[in-house]
Amino acid sequence: MAAHRCGFLPPLFILCALSVLTVTWTQETIPLGSHRAAAADSKPTDTKSVAQTTEQLAVEQRQWEATEVEEATSAAAAVSKQDNSSPEDVVQTSTPKPKDEFQEELVVRPLHSGDIYASFQFRTLWQTDFTRERKVSHYGLFPKSLGQVISKFSVRELHISFTQGYWRTMQWGQPFLSSPPGAELWVWFQDTVTDVDGTWKELANVLSGIFCASLNFIDSTNTVQPTASFKPLGIGNVTDHRFLRYATLPREIVCTENLTPWKKLLPCGTKAGLAVLLKSEKLFHSSFYSQAVHIRPVCQDWQCKTASWELRQTLNVVFDLHNSGQGKREWSLFKMFSRTLTEACPLASTSKIYIDVTDNPEGEQFELSPATALLSQAVVLGDRRTFSVYDLTQQITFGTVRSLNVLMRWKSSEGDMLRPLLHAERYVAGYGLQTGEIHTLMYNNHPYRSFPVLLLDSVPWYLRMYIHTLTVTSKGKDNKPSYIHYQPSKDRVRPHLLEMLVQLPPNSVTEVTVEFERALLKWTEYTPDPNHGFYVGSSVISSLVPSLVALDTNSTWQRPLFSTFFPCKEESSYFVRVYTEPLLVNLPTPDFSMPYNVICLTCTVVAVGYGSLYNLLTRTFQIEEPSPGLAKRP
Amino acid sequence: MATTEVERRRGQLAALSIAAVVIIVGVPLWWRTTETYRAWLPVSQIKEFATLQLLLSVDVEVVFSRGTVSPEQQKKVPMTQTQDEEHRVDENTALKYRYEIRYRTATIMEEDALKQPTASDADLSLHALSENPCGSLVVYVIPESSSLLSEDVDVYIGQKRTAILRLGAQMRVGRTLEQLLAHLEPRIKKILHMMSFSHTDITAALSDRVRLAPGNRENIVDSMRAFKSSPGYEITFSLLNPDPKSHRLHWDIESAVETYVQPLLTKLAPIANFSIDSQTLYYAMLGVNPRFDISRSSYTLNAESLAHVINPVEARLGSNAASSNPVLNFLLYVPDALHSPLHILDRKKQAVHSNAFHSPRWGGIMVYNVNDVYGPEAVLPVDININMAKVMGVFLAQLRLLLGVQSSSPPPGFVVASCSSTGLADWELDRLMWSRSVENVATATTTITSLAQLLDQIGNIVINDNIAEQVSSAVTSLQLAVAELEAGNLGFALQYSKEAILASERAFFDPSLLHLLYFPDDQKFAIYIPLFLPMCVPILLSLIKIASDARQKRREKQAKKD
Repeated sequence: MAAHRCGFLPPLFILCALSVLTVTWTQETIPLGSHRAAAADSKPTDTKSVAQTTEQLAVEQRQWEATEVEEATSAAAAVSKQDNSSPEDVVQTSTPKPKDEFQEELVVRPLHSGDIYASFQFRTLWQTDFTRERKVSHYGLFPKSLGQVISKFSVRELHISFTQGYWRTMQWGQPFLSSPPGAELWVWFQDTVTDVDGTWKELANVLSGIFCASLNFIDSTNTVQPTASFKPLGIGNVTDHRFLRYATLPREIVCTENLTPWKKLLPCGTKAGLAVLLKSEKLFHSSFYSQAVHIRPVCQDWQCKTASWELRQTLNVVFDLHNSGQGKREWSLFKMFSRTLTEACPLASTSKIYIDVTDNPEGEQFELSPATALLSQAVVLGDRRTFSVYDLTQQITFGTVRSLNVLMRWKSSEGDMLRPLLHAERYVAGYGLQTGEIHTLMYNNHPYRSFPVLLLDSVPWYLRMYIHTLTVTSKGKDNKPSYIHYQPSKDRVRPHLLEMLVQLPPNSVTEVTVEFERALLKWTEYTPDPNHGFYVGSSVISSLVPSLVALDTNSTWQRPLFSTFFPCKEESSYFVRVYTEPLLVNLPTPDFSMPYNVICLTCTVVAVGYGSLYNLLTRTFQIEEPSPGLAKRP
Repeated sequence: MATTEVERRRGQLAALSIAAVVIIVGVPLWWRTTETYRAWLPVSQIKEFATLQLLLSVDVEVVFSRGTVSPEQQKKVPMTQTQDEEHRVDENTALKYRYEIRYRTATIMEEDALKQPTASDADLSLHALSENPCGSLVVYVIPESSSLLSEDVDVYIGQKRTAILRLGAQMRVGRTLEQLLAHLEPRIKKILHMMSFSHTDITAALSDRVRLAPGNRENIVDSMRAFKSSPGYEITFSLLNPDPKSHRLHWDIESAVETYVQPLLTKLAPIANFSIDSQTLYYAMLGVNPRFDISRSSYTLNAESLAHVINPVEARLGSNAASSNPVLNFLLYVPDALHSPLHILDRKKQAVHSNAFHSPRWGGIMVYNVNDVYGPEAVLPVDININMAKVMGVFLAQLRLLLGVQSSSPPPGFVVASCSSTGLADWELDRLMWSRSVENVATATTTITSLAQLLDQIGNIVINDNIAEQVSSAVTSLQLAVAELEAGNLGFALQYSKEAILASERAFFDPSLLHLLYFPDDQKFAIYIPLFLPMCVPILLSLIKIASDARQKRREKQAKKD
């Protein structure tokens, strides 16, 4: 590098000697001001108007000035010439090993219900260490905004997801990465953080700014510290749950304004690569939409000597093409996303499209065009699947038309789906507005193996759970959980947290019921639409499900991204997280004109009582002389 | 009819006692229970800040070297001399500058130092002798015959807080001490304006408080360019690569920042905290399409279109999620292969030499052409190393401008020493500290007075203890800052003014002071009316009746007497 070779002082000397002359053009402009400054100064009153008015004179108008760097002395100029002749803009012959890496992929899987499941994964790996003393401040592919968040709040692992719609496990099977409806955020902090709750609150506020979401509604009343359900997914062995926070906002509505900041985090934006397909008008016209960001430290290589940070951005969407296709069952990239692909992101080291063709080994069910010779097998969610692969980094993929529009046309619609081994549902039972019962059903569809599941339930404080009524039954018999962690709620402070480890017998339904009482809220605590009901977040069921085929525990690079998210420790089972539906519970709702009515009524009662008392006290009483003949009048 | 009279008296007494109970017990009870908590604020002290009288005092030491004063004059030289200069900025703000000039003759060691062959050597050995406190100045007066300065140079301004002044030719013979001092005074003033502050700087710093006259637009442009005073700044360097398919850019920003920017920021540490970061943005396009200029065989950007360049890029720059300090953006734009080379034209249609421009209070952009580095046969993408020395030269110059390190051209006859490795002379830092202290004081006073005004206007706003505490601490810090400015302790003045601005902003932006949180008074009374009306009407009526009865009785008595 030029700077290094020239040493320390000479370039500095030139820089200082360069006196700076600015050419200002002010003849025709009124006093300039930048709207930035005016916006920053807009304090809530108009009393501070002196400064503001001068700045507002020319809001939105910026003055641009050329920066003229002028050599002051001939000596400096000479030195600078000499400096300029030193190697500048060198075209490198050997590329240094990049410290960061970007991968992108899209998996398309036809579902048995006739829907199409498309799952995008973008992965940025960065060989750096946010935990060390000196601040990390020079960003390449990794987005700066998230990096600053990680280093400021000492985050070890961050998982955030926004989901619109509910994943129908029984019809669609297991998703690659599940997420509950609404927003979900869980964060592991470094063990150096002292005030975890304060940091968590601040972090939620910052993230709500980054993702344009109402994450600022996360407070102590919906935050829990699960003891067993959410283990760190990255490297590191701290599992002290004091540094874990988990919160869901089931009410959150996900839309374009959440997608745009998410797309901004991608190095290529939406200009090139797979992200070109992410058009919001198509994505939100779907049965299910989920976007997520996962940040965690991972191993650099299989020896795991050095750590690097992984940012995984995933986007899952289910299109209902069966109904909209007028009976014809076919889909293409253009039909789904109203775009075709023309290039890979030039920054990506891999860029691939996987089409799941497991159910179509001989091509009797559907036909895929353009045909690809590349086939790949991967073990996903305990099942060996076959995929047709389109490698976007190869120019040949795009053919002569220079654009790729994968098309799938069905010939028959037979075939049945393997039932998912684990799935769960939940509902509220009972009548009236005083008590109720939460039922959670967990299905083990494995024909002969039982396996344990971890159930996590976080219920808001205004449903007062009676934990003595907790019953767990499977196949009509009592099924005693081997581990129960229950943290009672405190009104307006924290929610109920119930975690238990339940063994699910083979081919059975396990039912967990607990009764609750509905609390009466203060009138300011109701939402603007109280008769809509109050949401209770999904239960989380985490489990190691026995796998049908042997899993590959050795984590190498070559596997597709969608199969590598959860660390896999043993060959015989795989990790699955299942979310139930969120609940919508009606609470007793008062009449909201009540306070004023109460005031008026009490005032009237007081006034009437007081008035008669006053009358009684101040009236002059006179004894009326009875007139004698009056009574005897006929 | 004695019984009716007794009854009547009883009724009257009952009405009176009820009225008394309502007035003595009811009203105070209602008053106390509906009162809002308002902590005590130092209102009178805040009111004093409405009229701001700032006194800035500078210590100047004038050292006569051998040959400038005769021994008998030496004894007559006054020890100190104080000069005051008063300016009225507007009806509420007045400025007063006090120059405390101390005269002495040079010590032997200083004489030795002044015998060095060149001015810069003399300067170096002079400040090896003594260390001057922040904000003070030393002027060495040397005889006209001295060879230290070249012929046409009268004043040499050193790297630290020293200046060397040569006596003029007319002072060679037959001068009295008064003449000498009178000759020196305007020149010392000039040095002071150069090295510590000038009236225009200070009035520009007061812009938060004082509406500037529309006449001096030149000054406004200068003062608006620099960022407002803030306790911290975020500096972001962004490399914009709109064409990652053809260019793979490498910039060694880490070591460049370490080498070029960090020394300057370390020097500026007393002014504010700085944090630096950098990022690379791909596919970041400018907002205008550059036009191809055949005569130059390059693409050009006009000065008029520069204002539109930045908007699409800015959406991707991102603000710092972790702090709310102002951000200084420095963008390095490498044009895509199809639009290279790209040149910026100024208003006179001349290519700007540095190919860079800056926007006031926002940052700077530099266009960096790479098309001549590789030939047409090169395999895309081309790996390109960016010459950071060239880039950082431009960015540093812009940074100095945006931070308000004034580089006003020296008056004729002045020579300014080239600065050391830190990139900033001590006196330049002092200059910045003067204007920043005044600016902070001005901003904090306006914030605190407008806060007091707001709290005064909205009668039922709750003033919590922590707000009162912030306000009091802001007021104390302000008073201290003003006092330190008067005493000439620049370092402390800046420190206190920073504390004042922080405390006042924290009080001003406290969420509990949002006036929408509070009911207006008329709505509150609407709620009370159902209670108050039926209670008060009978009381009032009976009081009126009692009064009219009493009046009638008196009239009857009078009639009886007559």
